[in-house]
Amino acid sequence: MNSYAFTLCGTRCQALPSGALWLPEAGTLCVSDLHLGKSDRIARRSGVMLPPYEVQETLDKLADDIGATDPRQVICLGDSFDDLAAAGSLDRAMRLHLSSLQAGRKWIWIEGNHDPGPVDLGGSHLSQIEVGTLSFRHIATSATAEVSGHYHPKHRLAGRSRPAFVVDAKRIVMPAYGAYTGGLDCMSPTIRQLFGPRAIAILTGHKALAVPLA
Amino acid sequence: MPDATRHLPAKFDAWFAGRGWLVHPHQQAMLDRANDPALLLIAPTGGGKTLAGFLPSLVELADGAHQGLHTLYVSPLKALAADIKRNLRRPVEDMALPVRIEDRTGDTSYTQKRRQRADPPHILLTTPESLALLISYEDAPRMFAGLQRVIVDEIHALAESKRGDQLMLALSRLQTLAPGLRRVGLSATVEDPPAIARMLARHPDPCPILLADPGPAPDIAMLQTDAPPPWAGGGANYAIPAVLEAVKQHKTTLIFHNTRAQAEIFFHNLWLANTDDLPIGIHHGSLAREQRERVESAMVAGQLRAIVCTGSLDLGIDWGDVDLVIQVGAPKNVKRLVQRIGRANHRYNAPSKALLVPANRFEVVECIAALQAVQAHDLDGDPKGAGPRDVLCQHILIAACAGPFHADDLFDEVCSVGAYTGLTRADFDACLDFCATGGYALRAYDRWKRLLQTADGKWQLRDPRAALRIRMNIGTIQDTDTLKVRLKGNFKPLGEVEESFAATLTQGDTFLIGGQIVRYDGLREMTVEVTRDASKTPKIATFMGTKFANSTQLSQRILRMFAQDDWPQLPAHTAAWLGLQRQVSKLPEVDRILVESFPHDGRQHICVYGFAGRNAMQTLGMLLTQRMEEMDLQPLGFVATDYAVLVWGLKPVTDAAPLFRAPDLRAGFETWLSGNAVMKRTFRGAATIAGLIERNLPQARKSGRQATFSSDILYDTLAKYDPDHLMLQITREEALRGLVDFGRIEEMLARTAGHVDHVALDRVTPLAMPLFLEQGRIALAGAGRERLMEDEAAALMAKIGLPAD
Repeated sequence: MNSYAFTLCGTRCQALPSGALWLPEAGTLCVSDLHLGKSDRIARRSGVMLPPYEVQETLDKLADDIGATDPRQVICLGDSFDDLAAAGSLDRAMRLHLSSLQAGRKWIWIEGNHDPGPVDLGGSHLSQIEVGTLSFRHIATSATAEVSGHYHPKHRLAGRSRPAFVVDAKRIVMPAYGAYTGGLDCMSPTIRQLFGPRAIAILTGHKALAVPLA
Repeated sequence: MPDATRHLPAKFDAWFAGRGWLVHPHQQAMLDRANDPALLLIAPTGGGKTLAGFLPSLVELADGAHQGLHTLYVSPLKALAADIKRNLRRPVEDMALPVRIEDRTGDTSYTQKRRQRADPPHILLTTPESLALLISYEDAPRMFAGLQRVIVDEIHALAESKRGDQLMLALSRLQTLAPGLRRVGLSATVEDPPAIARMLARHPDPCPILLADPGPAPDIAMLQTDAPPPWAGGGANYAIPAVLEAVKQHKTTLIFHNTRAQAEIFFHNLWLANTDDLPIGIHHGSLAREQRERVESAMVAGQLRAIVCTGSLDLGIDWGDVDLVIQVGAPKNVKRLVQRIGRANHRYNAPSKALLVPANRFEVVECIAALQAVQAHDLDGDPKGAGPRDVLCQHILIAACAGPFHADDLFDEVCSVGAYTGLTRADFDACLDFCATGGYALRAYDRWKRLLQTADGKWQLRDPRAALRIRMNIGTIQDTDTLKVRLKGNFKPLGEVEESFAATLTQGDTFLIGGQIVRYDGLREMTVEVTRDASKTPKIATFMGTKFANSTQLSQRILRMFAQDDWPQLPAHTAAWLGLQRQVSKLPEVDRILVESFPHDGRQHICVYGFAGRNAMQTLGMLLTQRMEEMDLQPLGFVATDYAVLVWGLKPVTDAAPLFRAPDLRAGFETWLSGNAVMKRTFRGAATIAGLIERNLPQARKSGRQATFSSDILYDTLAKYDPDHLMLQITREEALRGLVDFGRIEEMLARTAGHVDHVALDRVTPLAMPLFLEQGRIALAGAGRERLMEDEAAALMAKIGLPAD
C-alpha cells in the first residue's frame, strides 16, 4: 500500500502518493490547487509562453486517481483554475477530458482565491462543503475538523523537498496537485502556526511518507 | 593593405617622450592598420595593449571634429571598464584632447544612463550585457549612427562563453547602424589566434593578426613550504606561513583561487595568521559592489600588500605594481595559468614572477604538470562549436524590443557573425517561431503570441510592455540564483550566496562572507539576514563556486607522470603518496580504466579513474549509477573530480568491467539524456537565455514561493509531451559539449579500448581519499534513495510513537 491512512475527527482518510485525499467511507476524492490554465495566464500577462501541457498532465494524473478509487464524489478544493479567464480558455480536448472524468459522479468546485466565481464546466460551485465530520474549504480558518489547500506545503526529507500534506488532530492542509505549482516549506511560520506540536507531514511521490513536523 | 607608417601627431610624440616611453612596434602597427575593417592584436599583459587599441581613436578624435559616439570599448568585466576610464584619462588630460570618456555598466546610475543615450560620449566603455541592452532601445540607430570603431578587450575570455556570441550578434546590429564600423580585438596569448579572428570579423571580411613581442619567459616555481600539503581538501592552510612570508618579501601580491569558497576560507585563515597586520584584501564576484570598489581603490592607491581573489581579477585590469602572483590550487588549464601569471609585473620586458601552491597532494602532481606545460609553451583549448541558438533567441527578442523588423534582414545580419555563418534559414525560422509562438507542437498560444507579424510582414511585440521584461532579463551569464546577504538592521548587503546554499542553512549556522564570520538568522524578503559572529571557525564551509574542468592536455601529462618508476621532480611526500597507492592498489594508466571498490562508513564505494575532466567524469557518474540502478546495486550518490568519480551505494560492485561496455554506455547515454539532473540544469540555462524562464521580474519577489515553480517541471513536461521542441534540441546539443562532455568519455573509451582493471580492497586507497572531501555531491533518486527515505521516515515516526504506515 503506497498511501498513508489516518483518522481525522472520526473520519477515515488516506493520503495518496499523488497528493489526492481519499475518504473511503464517503467515497470522496479531494484534490486541491490544480491551477489549470496557468500557462495560458502567464502568456496572457507576461508574454512568456510556457509548455502548454500542464492541463493535460494534471488531468491525466487525476484520471489515474479516479480510475483507482472510483469515487462517488470529487472535490476540487479551490484554485482549480489559475484564473477565471484561464478556465474559459481551456481547449476542446481538455474540456472533453474533464467531462469524461465528471461523468457518473458528483463534482464540486470549491471557490479559491484564484477562481472566485462559477465556471462553465459542469459540477457544482460552492464556497465550502461538509463531508462526514469534516468541512472542506480553500483557506484554513480557526475551525477544527477542516480540510483546506491554498498554501502548497512542501517538506524536506533526506535532502529532498516534495509536496506534502500537513496533518494534526484538527486539520489537514493539502499539497498542490497541479503540474505547474511551486510550494512553501511546511516549517515556514505561515504554515507551521496553523498546526499543533504533534503535526505530521506526509510527503507525496513514489509512496506517501509520513514524518513528524518537528 | 596598411597605410604607410602613420606618424603620430606632434603632441602625441611629445607625450610619449615626456613619459620616457617609446611607441611599441605593435602600437605603431595598430596605427598603420587603423583603417582595416577588423584587426586582432595578441599581446602579453603589460605590453601597452589597451593603449595600442585606443591610440588610433585618440588620434582620430584629437582635432575635435567628430560629434557623438566614436569608439565603443567592450570588456568582459565592469571593473575593467572603470579601470580603463581611469587610465585613459591620463593621456587625454595631459594632452588636453577634446575627448569625453564615460563608462556604462550594470553599476551606472539611471540618470547617467539616460543622459548617455541622449548625448553619448566620444568613447563609451561598456560590457556585452550593457551593449545588448543599448541596442534594444528604439533610439539605438541615433545613438550609434556615427560610430567608427569598436574595441573588444580580453576577447579571448569572451570567446570561451556565450557572452562572446551575444556580443558578436550585437556588433552585427551595430554594423548595420554604422556601416563604416571598424573592429579591433585585444587578446592575451591564446592557442588558436585565427579562431578568435574569425569570431571578431564580419563574415567574410579578413582579419589580420598582429602579434606583439611575448616578452621574457615567466619566473614560475612551486612555493616551498615546511609542512607538506594534506592528503585532501582545497584550503591550502598548510601553506599560509610561507604565503605570508612571500607577501612580506614583495610589494604587492595577487593570490588567485579557483573558487570563491576557497578564496573566502583562505582569506579568513590568512588573516588569523597575519600577526604583522599586513594590509590584505579580498575580491570576488559574490561580494557587494561597495566592498569590491573599496578593495579596488585601495589597491590602485597602493595601500594593499596582497589581494586574495578569484577570476574576477583574472583579466587585464591594471592593479598597479603587482610583483608576485600566487596561484592556490591546481590551475586546471595551462592557458589560464599563463594569463594569471601575466598579471605580475607590468614593466615591459621584465619577467613575471609566480608561485604555485597546490592545496593537496594530488594537486602537487597537477601543478608540476602545469609547470612543465608552461615551460613547453603547450597551451590548451578546445575548439568552439557553432553559435548557440538560445543566444540567438534572445537576440531576436532584443531586436523586437528595438522595433519592428524584417526576418530576412535580421537573418542576413546574424549570418555575418562568424559563429553563425553556418546557420540555416530553417534553424533561424525555428528560433523566430519559438520567440513568436513558443514553438510548441500543440499550437496553444494563438491569442497570446509574443511576437506578431504586421501587414507589411515585419515582426513586432504583441504587447509593447513586454519589452520591459525582456530588457530585465538580457544577458547570458549563468549564475545560479543568488540571494543577497545582509547584516540584520543594516541596509547595505555584504554580498551574495547561491539560493541552493541558503536552503541548507538553519538558524545559528555560521559561514564566511567577505572575510568575516556571520551567523544565519533567517530569510526575509529573499534576503539572507545575518549577524556578526565572534567564533573562530565557521560551522559551514561556505558557498560553492564555479569549477573548471581540467584540460585534456593536462590530464595526459599527469597520466604520463604516473607511468614513471619514481618521481624525482615531485616533493618527497607526494612521491611517497603515489608510491603507497602503487603498493596497495595501482596507479591509473593511460590505456586502462582503473576501478577500485571498497566499503567505507557503512556504504559500498567504487572509485573510477577516467581522467576525462570534471564534466565528463560527472556524466560518467550519471551513466554508471544508472547502470547500477538497473542491476539493483542501489547507488545513492556520487561525486566527480577531474580525474575520478566516486560512487556510493547500498550493495557492493563485485565486477566492474560490465559497467564500461561502450555500446551499453552509449545506449544508456541516449536514454539518460532525456531525464537527468545535468540536463535539467543545462535546460534551465538555455531556457533562461532564450526567454522562456525569467530570472528577474518587474516587482521584487515576495517571500511566499507558491507562485514560482521549478524549471525541472518544465523540462519534464516538454520531454514528455514535446520531445523535439527547440529548447530540448538546444539543451541536448549544449549538454553534449559542455556540462555533459560525452566527447571526453568517448575519448576515454577510445584511449583505453574499454580495458578495466578492477581492484577490490577493504579500505579507502590513498588516491581515492581526496574524493571524500569533494564538494558537489549528487544524490540519486533511485530505489536506494526511496529505501533510505522510508527508513528515515519510519525512524522519525517510531521516535514519537506513531505508526509509519
